[in-house]
Amino acid sequence: MSDKETRDKKIFRLTRRKALKGLAVGLGVLAFPGKDASASVWEAFFQKNFRELGKSEREKILARLEKEYSAQFGKAVKVKATPPVEGVLFGYGLDLSRCIGCRRCVYGCVDENNQSREPQVHWIRVLRLEKEKGVDLEHAEHYYNPSKVPEEGHFYMPVQCQQCENPPCVKVCPVQATWKETDGIVVVDYNWCIGCRYCMAACPYGARHFNWKKPGLPAAEMNPDTHYLGNRPRPVGVVEKCTFCIQRTRELEGRYPACVEVCPVGARKFGNFLDPGSEIRYAIENKRVFILKEELNTQPKFYYFYFT
Amino acid sequence: MKKVWAFLKGCFVLMRKGSNIYYAWVTFLLVLMVIGTLAYINQLYSGLIVTAMRDQVSWGFYISNFTFLVGVAAAAVLLVIPAYVYKWKPIKEIAILGELLAVSAMVMCLLFVTVDLGRPDRFWHLIPKIGILNFPQSLLAWDVVVLNTYLILNFVIAGYMLYSLYYKREPNMKYVLPLLLFSIPAAISIHTVTAFLYNGLAARPFWNASILAPRFLASAFCSGPAFMILLFQVIRKWTNFEIKDEAVFKVAELIAYAMFINLFLLGAEVFKEYYSDTAHLAPMKYLYQGLNGHNDLVSFIWTATFFNVTAFLLFLIPQTRENFITLNIGSILIFIGVYIEKGMGLVVPGFVPDVLGDFYEYSPTGIELLVTIGIWATGLFVYTMLLRIAVPIMNGDFYVGEDGVHPYIGDQLFLVRRAAMHEKAPDLLSQ
Repeated sequence: MSDKETRDKKIFRLTRRKALKGLAVGLGVLAFPGKDASASVWEAFFQKNFRELGKSEREKILARLEKEYSAQFGKAVKVKATPPVEGVLFGYGLDLSRCIGCRRCVYGCVDENNQSREPQVHWIRVLRLEKEKGVDLEHAEHYYNPSKVPEEGHFYMPVQCQQCENPPCVKVCPVQATWKETDGIVVVDYNWCIGCRYCMAACPYGARHFNWKKPGLPAAEMNPDTHYLGNRPRPVGVVEKCTFCIQRTRELEGRYPACVEVCPVGARKFGNFLDPGSEIRYAIENKRVFILKEELNTQPKFYYFYFT
Repeated sequence: MKKVWAFLKGCFVLMRKGSNIYYAWVTFLLVLMVIGTLAYINQLYSGLIVTAMRDQVSWGFYISNFTFLVGVAAAAVLLVIPAYVYKWKPIKEIAILGELLAVSAMVMCLLFVTVDLGRPDRFWHLIPKIGILNFPQSLLAWDVVVLNTYLILNFVIAGYMLYSLYYKREPNMKYVLPLLLFSIPAAISIHTVTAFLYNGLAARPFWNASILAPRFLASAFCSGPAFMILLFQVIRKWTNFEIKDEAVFKVAELIAYAMFINLFLLGAEVFKEYYSDTAHLAPMKYLYQGLNGHNDLVSFIWTATFFNVTAFLLFLIPQTRENFITLNIGSILIFIGVYIEKGMGLVVPGFVPDVLGDFYEYSPTGIELLVTIGIWATGLFVYTMLLRIAVPIMNGDFYVGEDGVHPYIGDQLFLVRRAAMHEKAPDLLSQ
């Protein structure tokens, strides 16, 4: 199904506007956003699901967000909504024989994707495993903190969103605030999520993170190159996750995700599954690969392999 | 329509009348509700960071209470079946108390879900057509549908019966009976869907067991009726509403069957996990034995197990079942036992250890406790108000006056300590 068809199918526009106006009167009495609320608060409140927006509505919202973020962070913030490119299905490979557990990917990701610094939100979690036991999550150490990595007798396994082809998180969302795009990236509409956290219970990889508090993002550290479905600043009370750096990878002069770029040992591979010449295709076709929790039939597009 | 309005107006007049004890009780509940509201405002202001929930354990005390209360609500069906399918008179007289309890429990359920939301301002996203309800894909969407249906169903049934009695008319069973019969599968469905909500998550082996829904139902048919047995005694002690001993004992007998099935299913699950001893044993080990030095829930779950087994024996033996002291002890034990087992004992081990083997031990914060107390107080407040109307109507102390408009109110006091006319045994609940 093409993106447009999907979008058309999801449209229940009807008289939503009218119904919402009625609701607005009711809620207005309750004075939800308070007396000094600007018009944009109401616009945000009544904003529709991202996939149901028409082109002009979408542009208006992006402009509103850019204005808001630029004022908030004191710099020109770009909010893109670049759609998926046809013929692209993103895939990721991680070479366990190379990873040294330095966690540069964790913090590179935070810098790129505007995660909260206080409290800290990480989209990547690196597990320290014992060579004797292999990939045994029950004995994974999450909080290893040696003076030097790698450590004797251990190997490391970074885990982030596996961008499942059959994502359990998408299925359970009661309001369709999260979905899989045609290039395989599972995204969240932060303006539609109600914060029920059912997706977090459903995810077998601990890839989804909740903003328990208003994200603490210092203006100086804010990355102004953002995507609506990706690294734009998040409000409190919604779920977020890795998007394969959608703001980089979907652009014409596409860049690698930040974690791929920052990895000092080249353990991370990224590319288009549908391109026979891509590095990721080579790795899958020629290396011993495995996927995490294969028995759950989530069909991750995130492959672990051993190069050596 | 005018008549409905007159009835509602009469009800409001009635709710304002009552003894000092009634006023004290309602004031007490209102104070707790205000405290709960203040705690919730604090949570709204600061975010869910004020709870002890984190990414590893992303549901906690609120959802535990929600799950338990769905069971309490579902148990009303245990009165509807003997009353309307078997037409057993002693229970038919009190079936409405069960329906009103279901209404109150549903109100609490919806409140618990609401306070758990990160963005309660976006609740309208769940309303079909206006928002997007992901039905039938999401089990949470199913839950929204069945919970609201069950709430409305019980409210309509009880409301119509009381309305008819108020106007001294026989309720038209042609309309009510189909609704009553429909409320039976509806009661089962709210609990089944809530079980499926957990059950469908392959990521959480502790919940991903087919036995979960049957276990939910069995434990619901223990905790709800146990709560009702206690409430019945309070009601007949403090109001002039009569409830026959045989009705209470019949409910107790049903609890004994349900508790047997509950314990049997628990045993089946414990056997399967321990004997096969796979990686999926970890959450159960954490719950019953503690794992890697994490054992916050161990003492709770053993307390629950001990309470449930003891109560089962008390309800199994006719002598102790029909003695009000042991009956009440058993009811309290079941209530606490199931509250632990179907609350924190169900929700938290689903998250510990988490999907990547991390341990985060959860125990609720003060804010969570205050909000929870506030919601329980709200539920009791709703139930008290409903009873304030229902009890006088059913006793013939509240009906439309001669002029057909203004109500006659015979019962000005409502809550008054009555001389015990049923049993001489000391009543544990009257203190």
